[in-house]
Amino acid sequence: MIRAVMVINTQGKPRLAKFYEFQPVEKQQELIRSVYGVLSSRAENVSNFVDAESIFGPDTRLVYKHFATLYFCFVFDSSENELAMLDLIQVFVETLDKCFKNVCELDVVLNYSKMHTVMDEIIFGGQVLETSSTEVMKAVEEISKLETASNAISLVPKSVSAWRSR
Amino acid sequence: MTHDDNLLLSNAPVTSRFALPQRRSRFDHLDRQHHPEGSQVGQLPCRLEAHQRRDCARLFAPERRPSWRFTAFVRISGPSSVSHLVLNFRKRLCGNDSGVMGATLCPLFDLITVDVKSYKDLVVSFVSILQQVAERRLPKTHDYHQLPAPFINVGNLGIDKQSSEKMHMVVGDIFRKCDSTSNIGNAVLYECICCVSAIYPNPKLLEQAAQVISRFLKSDSHNLKYMGIDALGRLIKISPEIAEQHQLAVIDCLEDPDDTLKRKTFEPSNDNHYKTYIASRCVELSVQFAPSNQWFIQTMNKVFEHAGDLVNVKVAHNLMKLIAEGFGEDDDSADSQLRWSHICVICWVLGEYGTADGKYSASYITGKLCDVAEAYSNDESVKAYAVTAIMKIYAFEISAQRKVDILPECQSLVEELSASHSTDLQQRAYELQAVISLDAPAVESIMPSDASFEDIEIDKRLSFLNGYVQQALEKGAQPYIPENERSGMLNISNFSNQDQHEALTHGLRFEAYELPKPAVPSRIPPAAVASSTELVPVPEPSYAREIRQPASLPPVSDAGSSELKLRLDGVQRKWGRPTYSSPASNSSSSNSQKSANGVTQIDSVSTSNSKTRDTYESRRPQVEISPEKQKLASSLFGGSSKTERRPSSANHKVSKANIPASEKPQVPKAAAVHTEVNHEPSPDLLDLGDATSSTASTVDPFKQLEGLLDQTEVALTANHGAVGAAKTPDIMGIYADTSLRGLSSSVGDPLPTNRDEFNLASELSNVTRTAQSRVTQLNKGPNPKDSLEKDALVRQMGVTPTSQTQLV
Repeated sequence: MIRAVMVINTQGKPRLAKFYEFQPVEKQQELIRSVYGVLSSRAENVSNFVDAESIFGPDTRLVYKHFATLYFCFVFDSSENELAMLDLIQVFVETLDKCFKNVCELDVVLNYSKMHTVMDEIIFGGQVLETSSTEVMKAVEEISKLETASNAISLVPKSVSAWRSR
Repeated sequence: MTHDDNLLLSNAPVTSRFALPQRRSRFDHLDRQHHPEGSQVGQLPCRLEAHQRRDCARLFAPERRPSWRFTAFVRISGPSSVSHLVLNFRKRLCGNDSGVMGATLCPLFDLITVDVKSYKDLVVSFVSILQQVAERRLPKTHDYHQLPAPFINVGNLGIDKQSSEKMHMVVGDIFRKCDSTSNIGNAVLYECICCVSAIYPNPKLLEQAAQVISRFLKSDSHNLKYMGIDALGRLIKISPEIAEQHQLAVIDCLEDPDDTLKRKTFEPSNDNHYKTYIASRCVELSVQFAPSNQWFIQTMNKVFEHAGDLVNVKVAHNLMKLIAEGFGEDDDSADSQLRWSHICVICWVLGEYGTADGKYSASYITGKLCDVAEAYSNDESVKAYAVTAIMKIYAFEISAQRKVDILPECQSLVEELSASHSTDLQQRAYELQAVISLDAPAVESIMPSDASFEDIEIDKRLSFLNGYVQQALEKGAQPYIPENERSGMLNISNFSNQDQHEALTHGLRFEAYELPKPAVPSRIPPAAVASSTELVPVPEPSYAREIRQPASLPPVSDAGSSELKLRLDGVQRKWGRPTYSSPASNSSSSNSQKSANGVTQIDSVSTSNSKTRDTYESRRPQVEISPEKQKLASSLFGGSSKTERRPSSANHKVSKANIPASEKPQVPKAAAVHTEVNHEPSPDLLDLGDATSSTASTVDPFKQLEGLLDQTEVALTANHGAVGAAKTPDIMGIYADTSLRGLSSSVGDPLPTNRDEFNLASELSNVTRTAQSRVTQLNKGPNPKDSLEKDALVRQMGVTPTSQTQLV
């Protein structure tokens, strides 16, 4: 199971933090801080795997990848494979890249919700749902279509009414 | 809450994919009710009530296509709530919908990890699924990177330890089919190895696994090395002989700068060689970084427990010393399996401090010590420690004016030892007897309490023998020649150092015996010799090499790696001047390590960097040799000829020597222009080097710098004889011109390149197509206007990545 997904920039600002197990906000922040502390002190050409047990407790591992100004890190337990997770990061970033066309940190900042949508299409409840970025893209586009369509109507009862009318 | 339930239970069509987000937004809504700050949809099921969980499960049950998506919910809601669904799961597993099948694996995996035995019958179906996967019978949608549904695969393999012939076949099949070029292929291979290590061993599979592991370990990627080490750790439990091929690789991993890799490497190591090595490293580390004495002693206790036999004797002594100097409270470890050194330490502590707190009587402790001596009756050193401890206890008792009654077993032990073959034991036994027979003040003076590591002043010059020596000389004896003055003798201090090294490693020495030394330099310690060779051209290089080699040979010493590097520099020395070449190469390598951005770019930069420096240095001797040129240079740069020489030394001082730093001193004018353009203080300019490296790589100023150097060189040689003042402006012109040109091309179009830096995509392509990375980088520059807008936004948002602000 995947425990958490974090995207932190090189200054230590979190751009995305998703915890699939309940953590109070203070704890989340502390975790992000300590993860950043570990990542920022790592050299350039070392492996992408970090021993996370001191931060997240027993049976956890952390895989991260450094893209330009962002660290993408996945925290997960022993039921997942490190290399597979590394590839999942790749898929995630590829999908973001397709989404935003040459994605940069700013895209992530400005389109926060979209990033979340992409994330939710790939991982849900700590489980990997989809590994194909084209599939994810399809879903995300459908969702955004739906959102623009429903934005015309009132916002709050949207889901219920749309649901009922179906 | 009821309307939510209704929603879940309502038989709404869930067939289309985008129905899901709506449902999710329901959950989101629900979530927000409970936790106003809540945004984590995935957490929701954790907090669902039991009946809601059941509803979730019911959602799973009907024959719905996207139902598999909800396995995530089912999974989180815990095994207990889904136990009634197991039958359903099993049916699903044999169903023909691969999506459902794949999703079913997840909860089943959880259930199985909780209770293995009751699911053994599932192995057959797992294997058949695996076979399907391996034969690519599953629909295309599950292919990822041309590999059939790796995640199903990966999740599946780790499950069961039950051996079966069929499984062997399938796993062997996967081994053959997996391609090792992609990450995910390697992930599957790794899971295969885990599987092989878990099932009943099959020699053929083991062989295949070993092959894969060796490929992992030999790869350049640290990730694969990590996986290789991990896999090796699993496989080593079954067949330890596999490890033998990889000993070197493992040692390499241990010396790797990567922490994760190092830690992982500790795990599989279970043969003596590694253990010794690791124990010594542990000790070294704990000595260096111990936060407190307490912690250190506990750590050392652990080390002794695990690998006491393999720890250097000196370490035990150090521990004793620490206890003596620090505090005396360390006799609490009563483990069944005590190793040699540990026993010795305990004996010593008992002897020194056993009676100090008055909790145990002297006779009790001496009895225990006698037991120890008997238990280790074939180990002389333990007996020696025990006897000495007994002696100390008696001595303390005597000096405390208490009555000493010697236990009969003690008596017999002492008698036995005094007849021992070991002279050491004999001596100790006699000493014990002698001490017992003394009176309190005498004992007090020879055995003061808690003073075992007090400094005893030793008259090293043995001055009390002076009279005797004088007499002998008067009688015509030869005067004593100090050892290091006797020619042909070896340097003792050096050798004692080496002996320590060898005791640590038990390694073989491959180099020949050292040459006999000339008389003078023997007093210089080896480190000083090494450094002096660095700075001064040494007249007898072979001799210097001789000294350094033994230090660099053992893999243990930390210094070893750096020493090796030094030797490499010795090789380099052929090409340039010896003086500065080594620091330069060092700094360039550290540059590539420290930089924050893309690896490949930096590498290219640093190589070009060092290249220019090399060529520069190869030319430097000329500059130095002819004084005319120096004069010329000084007239050129207004007495700044010294800066002409400074760059390399500056580089070697500043560890993260970066591009502008190397650029600046060589082309002072250019640097000046640089600062003008940037309106930045020069220290910032230096720092900028790391961030703007991609800029540098795109225009490659070093090419121009090189050309520039060539031109100045030509000019200089042309002017060689005549220090014509008329000519200097020309040279200046060339200088300024080229530098400006180079500079303008590097600064001229900052925005696109700058934007490039942010580009995740360019780095992304780095990963997928490393070779093309630089090309894509060049191509990908979006229009400056776009990035200008973004820049404005960046400022608004308060996102100010350093490089941007510095360049624009």
